[in-house]
Amino acid sequence: MKLNRMIYKGRKGRNAVFLTLSTLAAAFGIVWLALILYSLFYNGINGISLKVFTEMTPPPGEDGGLANAIFGSVAMSFLGVAAGTPIGLLAGTYLAEYGRYSWVSGVVRFINDILLSAPSILIGLFIYVIIVATTHRFSGWAGAAALTVLVIPVVVRTTENMLLLVPNGLREAAAALGAPRSAIIKAVTWRAARAGILTGVLLAVARISGETAPLLLTVLSNQFWSTDMGGPIASLPVMIYNFAMSPYEDWHKLAWAGALLITAAVLALSITARILESSKRS
Amino acid sequence: MANLALSPTAVPESKIAAIKRGSAGDARFRGMTFVAAFLVVVIFAGIMIALAIGAWPAIMEFGWSFLFSQKWNPVTEKFGALASIYGTLVTSFLAMLLAVPVGIGIAIFLTEICPRFLRRPIGIAIELLAGIPSIVYGIWGLFVFAPFFQSTVQPWLIEVFADIPWLQDLFAGPPYGIGIFTSSFILSIMILPFISAVTRDVFNTVPPTLKESAYAMGCTTWEVVWRVVLPFSRAGVVGGAMLALGRALGETMAVTFVIGNSHRIHESLFAPGTTISATIANEFTEAVGDLYHSSLIEAGLILFFISFVVLASAQIMLRALERRAGGMSG
Repeated sequence: MKLNRMIYKGRKGRNAVFLTLSTLAAAFGIVWLALILYSLFYNGINGISLKVFTEMTPPPGEDGGLANAIFGSVAMSFLGVAAGTPIGLLAGTYLAEYGRYSWVSGVVRFINDILLSAPSILIGLFIYVIIVATTHRFSGWAGAAALTVLVIPVVVRTTENMLLLVPNGLREAAAALGAPRSAIIKAVTWRAARAGILTGVLLAVARISGETAPLLLTVLSNQFWSTDMGGPIASLPVMIYNFAMSPYEDWHKLAWAGALLITAAVLALSITARILESSKRS
Repeated sequence: MANLALSPTAVPESKIAAIKRGSAGDARFRGMTFVAAFLVVVIFAGIMIALAIGAWPAIMEFGWSFLFSQKWNPVTEKFGALASIYGTLVTSFLAMLLAVPVGIGIAIFLTEICPRFLRRPIGIAIELLAGIPSIVYGIWGLFVFAPFFQSTVQPWLIEVFADIPWLQDLFAGPPYGIGIFTSSFILSIMILPFISAVTRDVFNTVPPTLKESAYAMGCTTWEVVWRVVLPFSRAGVVGGAMLALGRALGETMAVTFVIGNSHRIHESLFAPGTTISATIANEFTEAVGDLYHSSLIEAGLILFFISFVVLASAQIMLRALERRAGGMSG
């Protein structure tokens, strides 16, 4: 009887200890993440003003903004998404529709999931070797190509997942009407999975908008306003990197402002994606 | 045969043509999707081949010694990646040491302890944090964490371990703020949301009946977690941790800011070091000479192989879990 009570106490004690430990772990993790967001907001908000959006990146000691960097980032991200989305969409369609059970799809899925989390700096090296080294030029096009390679796996994964959620009854109903496979896919399954696929594209935008390493190796940067994609062009992440590494106080301020902008954009995109997804589910 | 089937209903020529056109379009569309899917494989192979070609001059020049030499001298053009490889492995290992237990703790908290109405908001917050670009972690590390660490924690740790053999070497001064230890810490915070999100999802694949049975037997919450949830989801937890390790190994921006870029292996964790990705990010655009570039690309090739092995094992483990979870519900 006594022994039983001791065992019981021991079990309860261990339970209390480990549950406390996991609660502490959660508190520990959340506190650090909250601290990061706090200092990002605190330091970034000081640098944010209208000038950030209207003026060029300044030389040290002068006032300025991030307009050229914002433009470069938006332009390259847009190109990356515009080129990567159709490829990812079609590849995801193959995986979910035509080749759902084929071994080729197995291989593609495996490799795609590896590309999805492959170090992005390697993508930068890849584009450097095949584009920058052969054309002897750092360029916005090369940066857009690197971002395209980063977009494709994200879109492939979400497209396949979303198409798999479309009930087979829909496909069969369309097939019974005599629609060819391609028409079924375009008019029925893509349409049914539209919100989900859009979610994937938004996630891809979120993923690439903060990518620094690949751009560092392929685009370099540019202190001035440039819309020439054939040459080095400014981008927000690279600008943040250069400014933060510099010894100048006002450049640091702009780096924080840029970091806050990117984070806000990424969070807005992921929240929109999440809302789209949940509206689809319900 | 075809005539027999078609003639009684007398399908007009135009309709047959339309059907033929449709099926040709069908084949074309199918071909397009296949090419796109194949392109994924081509990109992957392309990365490997391009890196190998770019690295070729360095491979020819240094052979195996590239892997075992920590000499990194751009002036005499003698390169060895040992310090970078060491830094990559050590920072990732230390980051995992902290992030895995804490991440699993958060997942346990979210699935078993947290009041129901808080589960969704906290879970969503953690998933959102997993998407924050790594450069934000880097800039925070450089401006906020490293100075704080340098002035408070580091001197304290150096003093505490000063008289303990072995540990005194590991935590030897001077306190620079930046270095291997700081990078590992920032890495671990960065992969933390990722590990917790994956682990929580994996925990949620455990069939409720299993847990309820254990509770009905009189198990405590901890016993349910330790004896039912964790054994059931082991492959998934390990797979998730490996995915996070893959991220940590290749992470560039969070590390480059705070590692110090020094190609020398120190015993002390407080000393500056470098990782493969930090070396490439720091030096690539300033590198002069083909051999220098080529050596950096070879370092990238090594990173490619390391992360390939880690990510491939992660995939295999997660697939195994997926199959089992599928088998359970179906």
